[in-house]
Amino acid sequence: MTMIRFEDVSVRYEGTAGPTVRGVDLSVPEGELVLLVGPSGVGKSTLLGTVSGLVPHFTGGTLRGRVTVAGRDTRTHKPRELADVVGTVGQDPLAHFVTDTVEDELAYGMESLGLAPDVMRRRVEETLDLLGLADLRDRPISTLSGGQQQRVAIGSVLTPHPRVLVLDEPTSALDPAAAEEVLAVLQRLVHDLGTTVLMAEHRLERVVQYADQVLLIAAPGEPPVLGDPAALMAVSPVYPPVVDLGRLAGADPLPLTVRDARRRTAGLRERLARVEVPAGAGVPPGSGGVGAGAPAGADGAGPAVRVERLAVRRGRVEALRHVDLTVAPGETVALMGRNGAGKSTLLSTLVGLLAPASGSARVGSAVPHRMPPRELIRHVGLVPQEPRDLLYADTVAAECAAADGDADAAPGSCRALVAELLPGIADDTHPRDLSEGQRLALALAIVLTARPPLLLLDEPTRGLDYGAKARLVTVLRGLAARGHAIVLATHDVELAAELAHRVVILADGEVVADGPTADVVVASPSFAPQVTKVLAPQPWLTATQVRGALRAAEGETP
Amino acid sequence: MADAAPLPRVRRRRVAPQAHRSNALHPGAWWLWALGLATAASRTTNPLLIGLLIGVAGYVVAARRTSAPWARSYGAFVKLALVVIGIRLVFAIVLGSPIPGTHLIVTLPEVPLPDWAQGVRIGGRVTAEGVVFALYDGVRLAGLLICLGAANALASPARLLKSLPGALYEVGVAVVVAMTFAPNLIADVQRLRSARRLRGRPDRGVRGLLQVGLPVLEGALERSVALAAAMDARGFGRTAAVPARVRRTTAVLTLGGLMGVCAGTYGLLTADGTTYGLPVLGIGTAAALGGLWLGGRRSVRTRYRPDRWGWRAWLVAGSGAAVAALMIAANSGDAGALHPGVVPLIAPELPLLPAAAVLIGLLPAFVAPVPPPAEAPVRERHRPRTPRTPCTPRVPRTSRTSRTSRTSRTEENPS
Repeated sequence: MTMIRFEDVSVRYEGTAGPTVRGVDLSVPEGELVLLVGPSGVGKSTLLGTVSGLVPHFTGGTLRGRVTVAGRDTRTHKPRELADVVGTVGQDPLAHFVTDTVEDELAYGMESLGLAPDVMRRRVEETLDLLGLADLRDRPISTLSGGQQQRVAIGSVLTPHPRVLVLDEPTSALDPAAAEEVLAVLQRLVHDLGTTVLMAEHRLERVVQYADQVLLIAAPGEPPVLGDPAALMAVSPVYPPVVDLGRLAGADPLPLTVRDARRRTAGLRERLARVEVPAGAGVPPGSGGVGAGAPAGADGAGPAVRVERLAVRRGRVEALRHVDLTVAPGETVALMGRNGAGKSTLLSTLVGLLAPASGSARVGSAVPHRMPPRELIRHVGLVPQEPRDLLYADTVAAECAAADGDADAAPGSCRALVAELLPGIADDTHPRDLSEGQRLALALAIVLTARPPLLLLDEPTRGLDYGAKARLVTVLRGLAARGHAIVLATHDVELAAELAHRVVILADGEVVADGPTADVVVASPSFAPQVTKVLAPQPWLTATQVRGALRAAEGETP
Repeated sequence: MADAAPLPRVRRRRVAPQAHRSNALHPGAWWLWALGLATAASRTTNPLLIGLLIGVAGYVVAARRTSAPWARSYGAFVKLALVVIGIRLVFAIVLGSPIPGTHLIVTLPEVPLPDWAQGVRIGGRVTAEGVVFALYDGVRLAGLLICLGAANALASPARLLKSLPGALYEVGVAVVVAMTFAPNLIADVQRLRSARRLRGRPDRGVRGLLQVGLPVLEGALERSVALAAAMDARGFGRTAAVPARVRRTTAVLTLGGLMGVCAGTYGLLTADGTTYGLPVLGIGTAAALGGLWLGGRRSVRTRYRPDRWGWRAWLVAGSGAAVAALMIAANSGDAGALHPGVVPLIAPELPLLPAAAVLIGLLPAFVAPVPPPAEAPVRERHRPRTPRTPCTPRVPRTSRTSRTSRTSRTEENPS
């Protein structure tokens, strides 16, 4: 039975040149998990919005064609009148919560629909069990962790028993374990309750194996294609590492899970067994030439960061305990660990936003928390999790001029960096109109204007598609090659594998592992990238690495 | 087995069980209790009695508050109360006091003012009587504030909202949402101010605060749009079809009722209208309530596990009412002890009967259900939204939510 039907749908927002999505003509059967795939900016969120009726009822714009959900036309039904058939969870679960405790939040949707009290009570209890939230029922929502909040958000739209669930990037902000928690719940809904799930997600390596069908929008304005995941992954411009490896091995059909990939790439493993794994994982030959020139203080021989027995407290909580860390110039270190492990605290301490309770944190020769801001930005730069926090001005040009002033750099230095990192951006573009990846590049350029020898990035790949991520990797490699020390806090194991020389894993404010990327991630099942899992026991980390090695081997023995 | 061990446990269970969702005290009971104490505080200027009231409120809060975020507001109210006392004293010292006094503390230099400002004085004599009078007054205001703070800390605002009549529900939601926005706004300001440090600009001072104003407002607006979208998608504002006749009757009853209330109140307050004042007020109130009840039929909402008004709620609300009533009664009896004079300056005494009455307000500390120990403060690391630093895991706030506010959109193309 058809659950969602699109009939020649196109959506156009006011003031844009062309329609954001067009030519959508397909139907989604009941009880399927459909994954919406495409580079950023192709209108994935818009397409999701048309199902819940938020597009165009809430966002404005013009919708042509017809979308029907469980037989209801979204043109004539407002989102609130679709609330009993469609459950929507947006990217930010916190923006979704209306009440303050878990139990009330689960009941909220049913209260709005006017269900009988005994039905509500029964469904709340069922949902608490289904999502494993029973112990948290009385907890205020603001005290929950990210994964728990995401589960509450999903639970809160499940209780009215919707037949369609619409999710926009449900795992982007979560650490690998919490993401698996959420995905397990989704799979259970599809299998046990027959719920139809329509989901968009950039981190395909986490979700693609759960999809029954993939809805691919390959480029902006192109009509979407619905089909078998493996077949569409063969033509998709965005694909997870496991697919990349499958393409390398020439596997057909393409593997989507690590298990399939292990079976279908046996030949590749044999070929690779004869090839030597390049030393120093993640360092590519001939890295890109993008960068800020040599960092200001890179000539000194000392380490860029020296943290000794550092303890940091936030209120009564010891956020960091006995942390030791040294980063050499030109080295890239990835900080990993679950949400709340102290990664962001460590970065904040390194830029002097927090003072150590005991121990010391030194950046080069400087003590960050004692330093005036103007002086500080010459020693260390941080790109925060939300790059927008760094941007105040109305245009890119004004932002660059301000950055030159702040850093006492020659006029135009920031603009030159922007041109390098972000070619083809007009001076009068408003920073708000940039995509996530472009905004990150702008913030990075602003931070690099002061040429700090130490660069910190907090969760840089959230919301980036594979293309933007690849560009970021090239840029950061270039910077490291020029002697910048880079420390990045990330949940993205693939990014860490691609980029980092060393991985430091934090748990509960303590360093639990510190070593070369290959050693640390290979040893850990949750932090190992897909390529490592597929090619184990050989210590390969990324598909890029494999491709390079194969090419080199072919060059030697043609 | 020892006989002594189970006994306290049994007794404790009988007096006050552990709180859970089903036996939670009705938030209205807490509010009535607190308003009772506040009424009592407003009826006396005796600092000893008010101190006792504050002590009673504080003890009950300490004994029965949970670890929920709203329960932490009590401290803020206490600080506000201290500020109020301070301001009242400063005004009395700088602007002078109408209380005639003979005990001179200090004579401040007086600012000469023109004739038209007659009756206003800046500086001049500061007498002990004036200062003591101001102190008494300030303490009374502080007592009122602390009683309100106690109600805030003990009763969840969202649960109180559930007890509102259906027709007022949407207004109530707006109020509660606005209340939760204030802490988010403060968190945003702190985050953006520390982000200034990353740009090499001073992160302290007034200028820093002003420059983040616009981004903070932008963020708040975006968040409210996102919340509105989420609420709409979850069925907020669904209405039942109501016949036009009922809709019209609702409007007439509500408007007419409100007008009746106004006219009745006016009648009561003017000297010659006392005959018609009371009946008109009564009819007006009844009509307005009828309008509200009819209006509730438009709402399809049901309530999930509303708090029940049980005998514990009666005891808690009754104890507050008793304190208020006894204090009012004491006022008509021995008013002197409740309002210790300042001219001549005498030490206030603690009148025994009113003091005993105030102690009735301690009853909730024994009959209200005890918050479970599991609700002990949660570790900070589980609270991603608390104001921390710019790079805190502020769970994604992305530009997607701002799609409506975008004028033009340039998206990145994969190259």
